[in-house]
Amino acid sequence: MIVLDHVNKVYDNGFHALKDINLEFKKGEITVLIGPSGCGKSTTMKLINALNTPSSGRVLIDGKDISGMNPVELRRNIGYVIQSVGLFPHMNISKNVGVVPRLKKWDKDKIEHTVNGLLDMVGLDHAIYGSRYPSELSGGQQQRVGVVRALAADPDIILMDEPFSALDPISREQLQDELIRLQQELHKTIIFVTHDMDEAIKIADTIVLMKAGEVVQIGKPDAILRHPANDFVRNFIGQKRLQDEDETESAYQIPLVDEVMITNPVTVFPSRGLAEAIKMMEMKRVDSLLIVDRNKQLQGAVSIYRVLDQYGEEGKTVADVMQPVRYSVASGSTLAQAIEIMDSHQLSNLPVVDSSNRFLGLITRGSVVKHLAEVYPGVGRSAAGGEGE
Amino acid sequence: MAALPPAERVSDMNAFWSFITERYPDILKALQEHLAISFSAVILGTIIAVPIGILLVYSRVGWINSIVFFVANLFQTVPSLALLAILIPLLGIGMKPAILALLLYSLMPILRNTYDGFHSVDKGVLNSAKGMGYSTAQTIMRIQLPLSLPYIMSGIRITTVYIISWATLASLIGAGGLGQLIVSGLGVNKPEMIYIGGIGAILLALIADGLLGLLEGWLSKHYHQTRESAI
Repeated sequence: MIVLDHVNKVYDNGFHALKDINLEFKKGEITVLIGPSGCGKSTTMKLINALNTPSSGRVLIDGKDISGMNPVELRRNIGYVIQSVGLFPHMNISKNVGVVPRLKKWDKDKIEHTVNGLLDMVGLDHAIYGSRYPSELSGGQQQRVGVVRALAADPDIILMDEPFSALDPISREQLQDELIRLQQELHKTIIFVTHDMDEAIKIADTIVLMKAGEVVQIGKPDAILRHPANDFVRNFIGQKRLQDEDETESAYQIPLVDEVMITNPVTVFPSRGLAEAIKMMEMKRVDSLLIVDRNKQLQGAVSIYRVLDQYGEEGKTVADVMQPVRYSVASGSTLAQAIEIMDSHQLSNLPVVDSSNRFLGLITRGSVVKHLAEVYPGVGRSAAGGEGE
Repeated sequence: MAALPPAERVSDMNAFWSFITERYPDILKALQEHLAISFSAVILGTIIAVPIGILLVYSRVGWINSIVFFVANLFQTVPSLALLAILIPLLGIGMKPAILALLLYSLMPILRNTYDGFHSVDKGVLNSAKGMGYSTAQTIMRIQLPLSLPYIMSGIRITTVYIISWATLASLIGAGGLGQLIVSGLGVNKPEMIYIGGIGAILLALIADGLLGLLEGWLSKHYHQTRESAI
């Protein structure tokens, strides 16, 4: 456990960067420090590996004050990942990952074994990537190496300073997922700095919200979302939950199909008769039905015209008249991808399925509009106002 | 009349070849002295300038950097003949003052390139090295020095080429070398001696440049570094 005890940081120019910080970082948890730039989140994190020293107060790791420790020795026992990755360009990937074990003078075989295992763990085959150089890897791959390099000497504590914020949205998502997966196996004490609320909510066990050198709120992600301590927190959450046009990474904030889809569209079992289908369409006021079997597998779709066309033949079921669904979108795709498919194939709706092809929901033009109205409440309100006048 | 110049040229060429065959022990000696003076100057210059460059990178006091660069620049601007003359009362004549003078000339380019090379190392690389527990000495030896090697090597290469050419002046203060052939040639009006001295210095400079180029290439490959990727 790491404890910051009444820590203050005042720079020579009089700037009070940290004001009486009292924090506890629990063992085996991911604690996310978040706040606007200049709030002191990075400064706070760097207290732990003595890249920053407090002007007053103490930093304790497992009860021991780190001011008495040799900073170089201390840092070798704490993993460190930074935004610019900082791989050494003159060393190949294996050498890069083995940096801290070499500083700690492990024997060669042990280093090689560890390095190979770690590379494989994040999906970089050591036989292929081990001998490559950082410049030959993509940004996402480089940061994967950056993360396993921090794990190499098996430290209990890992500090991550906005490690994923320079990556493209897809790599960022992947690395976040991988971090969560790794953490489930490794149970490290991770202190993670970010300015991205979505990232914080996704990975944090505990979120520490900071502003102007002070801690504003500490809590589980859910607790902070439900009970923001004040307007600053509310704004910070809200501002990040909505689209922010100024954000360069706005692509990341395009919603997923899962958030937009209708989760209870009108479906019918394949064995139903045509009369039943018409009754159902009348009741639910729709002009087509999706045919889904008991295993939730999407079988096909049928429109009212097709049903009426074949209505004369008694004994036929919807399974006999339905047409196959040619296009669907996987759960986890972005709304942009769904709209692209709908637009290029002139579809009025698009089913969402999971990895084993089970039917989850339906994207319709209506659901997209509804979602937009929720995200931009201002737009919805002014439209409603116009109606009232 | 028209036949005279070619005949003269032929006699020149003959004199040239006969000079080489007759006096080759002297030529070799001059070559040896020349090499000794130039390389001592460059090697000592490197030994002095690289550490000073590194110290300047780590120095927190701005005015020290300005002063060191000013002094190194100043050496560069003193005419070589004058510098050699100034050193005679201090160190007498012979090889020693010649080497010292050339060493002073070699400082600036090596110092400058070391300094720039160290500054070219990516800040993220340095931050992560520090954060992972590299001591300052380890950062210098394992990160900054290998990464700035292309810069330092090109400084040494440039310096070597012009030190070899300037070393011909060293004969004026009795240090010997290929310059001795040129000076004697002027004295006794033997153009072939001047040619031999001049061509010898040129060839020496070209060969040294080529060899250092190969070394630079090998080091870059060894550290997987190019000048572009160091920036």
